[in-house]
Amino acid sequence: MTNNTWVFIEQFKGSVAQASLEALGAARTLGGGVTALLFGQGVAGLAATVIAHGADEVLVADDATLADFRVEPYAALAAKLAREHGPAVLLAGATTAGRDLFGALAVDLGTGCLADVIGLKLVDGLVQAVKPVYAGKLLSDVSFAAGRGPQLVTLRPRAFAKPDADAARTGTVTPVAAALAEDAIGVKVVDYVIEQGQVSLTEAKIIVSGGRGVGGAEGFAPIRDLAQTLGGAMGASRAAVDAGWIPYAHQVGQTGKTVAPDLYIAAGISGSIQHQAGMRSSKVIVAVNKDAEAPIFKLARYGVVGDLFKIVPALTAEFKKRLGK
Amino acid sequence: MNVVVCVKQTPDSAAKIAVEGGKVTWDAGLVLNPWDEYAVEEAIRLKEKHGGKATALCLGPESAKEALKTCVAMGCDEAILVTDSALEGSDALATAYVLAQAIQKLGAVDVALFGKQAIDGDTGLVPIAVARRLGWAPLTYTVQISEIDAGAKTIKVQRLLEQGKQVVTAKLPAVIGTVKELNEPRYPSFMGIRKAAKANIVIWSAADLGLEAARIGAAGSATRWPGIYPPPAREGTVELIDGSPEEVAAKLADKLIAEKVI
Ligand SMILES: Cc1cc2nc3c(=O)[nH]c(=O)nc-3n(C[C@H](O)[C@H](O)[C@H](O)COP(=O)(O)OP(=O)(O)OC[C@H]3O[C@@H](n4cnc5c(N)ncnc54)[C@H](O)[C@@H]3O)c2cc1C
Ligand SMILES: Nc1ncnc2c1ncn2[C@@H]1O[C@H](COP(=O)(O)O)[C@@H](O)[C@H]1O
Repeated sequence: MTNNTWVFIEQFKGSVAQASLEALGAARTLGGGVTALLFGQGVAGLAATVIAHGADEVLVADDATLADFRVEPYAALAAKLAREHGPAVLLAGATTAGRDLFGALAVDLGTGCLADVIGLKLVDGLVQAVKPVYAGKLLSDVSFAAGRGPQLVTLRPRAFAKPDADAARTGTVTPVAAALAEDAIGVKVVDYVIEQGQVSLTEAKIIVSGGRGVGGAEGFAPIRDLAQTLGGAMGASRAAVDAGWIPYAHQVGQTGKTVAPDLYIAAGISGSIQHQAGMRSSKVIVAVNKDAEAPIFKLARYGVVGDLFKIVPALTAEFKKRLGK
Repeated sequence: MNVVVCVKQTPDSAAKIAVEGGKVTWDAGLVLNPWDEYAVEEAIRLKEKHGGKATALCLGPESAKEALKTCVAMGCDEAILVTDSALEGSDALATAYVLAQAIQKLGAVDVALFGKQAIDGDTGLVPIAVARRLGWAPLTYTVQISEIDAGAKTIKVQRLLEQGKQVVTAKLPAVIGTVKELNEPRYPSFMGIRKAAKANIVIWSAADLGLEAARIGAAGSATRWPGIYPPPAREGTVELIDGSPEEVAAKLADKLIAEKVI
């Protein structure tokens, strides 16, 4: 017998996504037991991590067709298992995979999905969640209509605390078989193009971003140095991306990534409403800008009015010293 | 190649959004959802390259005709507005049902393009849900269309994931969800704007699409959004740090370490 709350565990090349661990933490706060879905190839070894972070049971599907996340085999299997066991609530991280899986699953199970929520509780078995709308300019309470379900919910990365691993936790591991054969799957993964050594923006605890104020591609060098010194990721405003100084993957904002690091350092960024949409829920915001009137200072906890080419390298030198690098 | 591009009309991204008496208000105009501009551009490029037709499709109120006119002004050949009071309050999954039915009614579509998400509801569910309903290849987060073989009906794209780009192949028909880096949307030309002003926007009702009443509108939606309100204001005002760059760096380091964010 499985539990009422299920969590989809996303893994990429053998490492569990942080958003999935956060979802396990959120699942535990709902009360009751937690069943995790762990699909992949050669992933059985990850079940211990999943249990240590909050699962009581792990349904493991180990199959070549599941090696890469693909909607068709993953949704077919998750839908089959959900039909067999009837969980009330399913959670996943609101990552590209989590959103795709739950969107497809909602169709298969004839239900809906609450996407990208930042608050979650269960009242009389019904999910009551909060999600940002209008790029975070407003919040909305969201829930399921009475009698509709299962209740599918994706959780915004870094909106829920990642639980500490507890090696003393125990749980059961149940193998399950894949639902589709390879020739029933239309999409084939051919290759990945991955820049090495990059910290994922959405998972990063620290982000250092540069905007038009860096003045050119080479202007990102001090930004990169500070990000690397702090073990963080590098972000950018759209103005810098559109100028071709840095790839789009780094763009933070309404038409880029939504991030929520512990520390967001914005250098040479004015803080337009669209940029704020992507970073306003950062815990501590530091702004470095030579214009004391820049809107970013309205959002920042700490502000430095000055030239980023002087301040940012000084910060890098100071942190190298403090962090013993 | 027959291409359809699904678009939504949303408030301008620069608008100040507020809630008054439970209703959302904004101080700027309505525009074509910014993410959908990339989908429209790609639809036009596909038809320019492979021949055929690009049709813009929108589910929305009468006013959404303006967003469709923008699509025609950019270069779409036809525009269809699905509008019906019975559709009001449809959630993402109900919207996907309606759009899938409309795409089926169009018939012989090879590619259906979508934006990444609508900047009002911000769910990003509609493209994948339409793909699943139609049983088409789900190519969401596409950042590059590398190859399309219209004869063999095959496609190869790059998808932008958290970890990097993923190269996949699939068979047509496909749903392509687009992201920003895919292209640079064109501005409507003068001729395009004139054409759009005279364009005949086809109107389809729920009955035209044979929609089941139990699957549309607020009553046909599984999800609810009972309350909408502004987020709590960020606490406190900015603390300005001054001095020489070295002094600033030392002071800021002290504070950030004390805040435990480093
Ligand atoms: C539909 C739509 C979507 C958008 N989506 C996004 C998005 O996702 N993300 C995004 O960021 N923007 C987005 N924008 C663009 C946004 O409106 C702004 O144009 C953009 O954010 C400005 O970038 P910026 O702050 O780098 O540039 P600017 O506004 O030009 O600001 C540059 C700042 O650098 C400062 N500066 C200059 N030199 C120095 C120096 N040496 N030292 C310190 N400070 C210096 C200046 O004082 C200025 O404040 C969007 C716009 C639209 C219309
Ligand atoms: N009402 C609608 N009419 C047509 N297309 C839509 C509609 N709503 C959403 N879409 C499409 O689906 C994408 C994702 O929207 P959403 O899932 O609502 O965030 C948008 O960028 C559009 O391409």
